[in-house]
Amino acid sequence: MATKQIAGKTVEVDAEGYMQNSKEWSKEVCEAIAAEQGITLTDAHWKVIEFARDEFNKTNESPTLRRITKSGVINTKDLYAFFPNGPAGKIARLAGLRKPTGCI
Amino acid sequence: MEEIKPRKLVLIASKGSLDMAYPPMILANAARMSGIEVELFCTFWGLDLITKAKNNKLNVATVGNPSMHPWFHIPTWLGAIPGMSWAASWYMRKEIDKLDFPPVGEFMEMLVDSGAHVYGCKMSMDMMKLTQADLIDGAEVLGAMEFLEKADGAQIIFV
Repeated sequence: MATKQIAGKTVEVDAEGYMQNSKEWSKEVCEAIAAEQGITLTDAHWKVIEFARDEFNKTNESPTLRRITKSGVINTKDLYAFFPNGPAGKIARLAGLRKPTGCI
Repeated sequence: MEEIKPRKLVLIASKGSLDMAYPPMILANAARMSGIEVELFCTFWGLDLITKAKNNKLNVATVGNPSMHPWFHIPTWLGAIPGMSWAASWYMRKEIDKLDFPPVGEFMEMLVDSGAHVYGCKMSMDMMKLTQADLIDGAEVLGAMEFLEKADGAQIIFV
């Protein structure tokens, strides 16, 4: 397990840069990660990130993309537009969650 | 400097039974979730995945199916009893739903929305007397040669 400096904090990450401890997340950490990923965070982004973190806190697992779109927080087209090139990974990175493993 | 092309996955769906509809769709979806470009070519029975009138009515075979052994092997004579295929398909749909996977129609919609390119094989469509109007929104009609152009440099999976 490696560590990385994000927004002045030392966080635990895996070899691909996914945060391993969701408790180390904060809005500043999220904004720093977004800048790294080349994403400008809007309200739509925050809604998805907050939903993903809520679900993780409830179930101890990142929600699948289908759960995210079924919840009404965002639709599939917008999901791929706001989190381009691999939304599953991007959302996990921004929300401070581990690399997703779901198939849906 | 060479431009880095995104990875591309090409899937050829040639089967229309319920059990064989999911592998190409799941692979296509997983690819899209990871940012991989997807071209899904539906040919022959695979056209059932993108035919509006049929895609939510797919069935699994219970006759002569060597893989049909949910609790014990279902012999052909048992599988031929009227209603067996319907029951097996109904049960399979329920199990798929329990895992939170969508039914075929919704899954194809999701794939189109996620940016996967979906095509119907022109030759099979002509043979089955299908037209663009019979296909789901977002599906295009393509011939084999044009399709192979799109498959250039991609990883191809035939189902």
